[in-house]
Amino acid sequence: MTTTEIINPENLVYIKPKVLNDNPMHYCPGCSHGVVHKLIAEVIEEMDYQEKTIGIAPVGCAVFAYKYLDIDWQQAAHGRAPALATATKRLLPDRLVFTYQGDGDLAAIGTAETLHACNRGENIAIIFINNGIYGMTGGQMAPTTLVGMKSSTSPNGRTVPLNGNPLDITKLLAQLDGTCYVTRQSVHNVANVRKAKKAIRKAFENSMLGKGTSIVEVVSTCNSGWKLSPADSNIWMVENMFPAYPLGDLKDL
Amino acid sequence: MSNSKKLDKEEVRLMKGNEAIAHAAIRCGCDGYFGYPITPQSEIMETLMEQEPWNTTGMVVLQAESETSSINMVYGAACCGKKSMTSSSSPGVSLMQEGISYIACAELPCVIVNVMRGGPGLGTIQPSQADYYQSVKGGGHGDYKLITLAPASVQEMADHTVLAFELAFKYCTPALILADGVIGQMMEKVILPPFQPRLTEDEIRKNTPWATLGKPANRKPNIITSLSLEAEEMEAINLRLQAKYREIEKNEVMFEEFSCEDAEYLVVAFGTSARVCQKAVEMARSEGIKAGLLRPITLFPFPTIALSNYADKVKGMLTVEMNAGQMVDDVRLAVNGRVPVEFYGRMGGIVPAPDEVLEALKTKIVKNN
Repeated sequence: MTTTEIINPENLVYIKPKVLNDNPMHYCPGCSHGVVHKLIAEVIEEMDYQEKTIGIAPVGCAVFAYKYLDIDWQQAAHGRAPALATATKRLLPDRLVFTYQGDGDLAAIGTAETLHACNRGENIAIIFINNGIYGMTGGQMAPTTLVGMKSSTSPNGRTVPLNGNPLDITKLLAQLDGTCYVTRQSVHNVANVRKAKKAIRKAFENSMLGKGTSIVEVVSTCNSGWKLSPADSNIWMVENMFPAYPLGDLKDL
Repeated sequence: MSNSKKLDKEEVRLMKGNEAIAHAAIRCGCDGYFGYPITPQSEIMETLMEQEPWNTTGMVVLQAESETSSINMVYGAACCGKKSMTSSSSPGVSLMQEGISYIACAELPCVIVNVMRGGPGLGTIQPSQADYYQSVKGGGHGDYKLITLAPASVQEMADHTVLAFELAFKYCTPALILADGVIGQMMEKVILPPFQPRLTEDEIRKNTPWATLGKPANRKPNIITSLSLEAEEMEAINLRLQAKYREIEKNEVMFEEFSCEDAEYLVVAFGTSARVCQKAVEMARSEGIKAGLLRPITLFPFPTIALSNYADKVKGMLTVEMNAGQMVDDVRLAVNGRVPVEFYGRMGGIVPAPDEVLEALKTKIVKNN
């Protein structure tokens, strides 16, 4: 089969979603962000919501999420995405409003905004990338960094007396009356990518049905920050992150 | 029935300055208010919640979990091209500075009200003007300015709410109403502004084509950000902001003069201090001292040219503020050493009395001439 034959429409088995543009991503090879971006783009396209979606980008590696998905975007200050999303959704109730946040943004500096948006039951979806590290600033300790895990600000490994406990914020958010769907997913293999996509779709649908706040945590790798190869990062995540942050639905009303 | 009909027309009403802001916001078609309680301005949100404008104009009112969150809700609303506002008092406005810097850089319109109280720290709930520097010199990080209005009456609290939105949208920049605990709490007669309908989504798409309302098929995504990793790009943004501030300085200066025509001595004061100084100027005149009052209504842009012109006419100036002497710096810059500029002020929530001001005028300015 020649190249020309391969690109014939009848041979097409997969196409990049139109919502995902052609800008080269700045993410490190092996990083989970690219996969999650693609899933969001697919869901927006399948729901036919490109014209009705407003994304709120965080501070952190995903600050440039707005470069890759062809929708309207607001770029929030560090941790404040749920506040922007709250106002946007209340002023434009028929729009799909979602935030995309990392663990530092959502579970450290933005804890108050996250918790109160969820507790008010804002009809927004929160996509939460948890890789247990601050990627953008060079691998510092995050609220979700595991005990014993090394980072540039816990070079000998996180200890509870010095650094406190890892924060399972998703478990906390599931306790709140305002949340309707709280789930933990990953995108390290095909089966989980498919499950994560379904979860994102459900979260977006919930927002439009006015059911309350939906949170999709994606336990993710940061091979640059973890100082591991992409393949080893996946193994390390399965062996270390999943026991602390087990996959599955924490709440589904 | 006849009462409620009358409210739609021009009618003199008696209310607090804080209440006037709330009523004016509803009437001028504000889309969203986001706030957090703090004395001495809590009546703004209390009045809005009591009025329930979501049932009449459709305005959203939300009590946030903090001032940090309030200003970021305003940021989100402003991204959507909506007329949005928040209000607070000094410590709360300090918490908002990060968000204000983002909004200024992203070039978005919004209104912020600061009903100042005495600081620093938690300070006091009594009135103060000690946030002058924070308001007109930037406040948060980076080079930016806020259009800053200084109301001196309950009527101006209402009028400036309307004006602040107009200026914020004209220049796509945050506008600040810098009041103090006296103006917020005192009751005076006020004529509320006429009702204006909220903008429709079609009007917003036309007036503010950058708004994030969802991307139609025929345009590129609207992306609102204050981030530029390239220094050249960031300098270009800074140059654009500075050009805008120069334009605002050229077009929007507002001030009021009282007994200035033949004045030999000029008192300069804003807000509540100006009310006190007006009385002090009357007292000085009755003693034969030719004093006048210049009251800046806009603190940024500052009436630099007007003050510079007075430097050629008067023998000296006295700046009176409820702080340790902040605006006096800008008066001195305008005068540039041509006449003496002295300062009198009280701090920590104390409002100076007219006779104190008169005494200061005599001892600091008149006696030395």
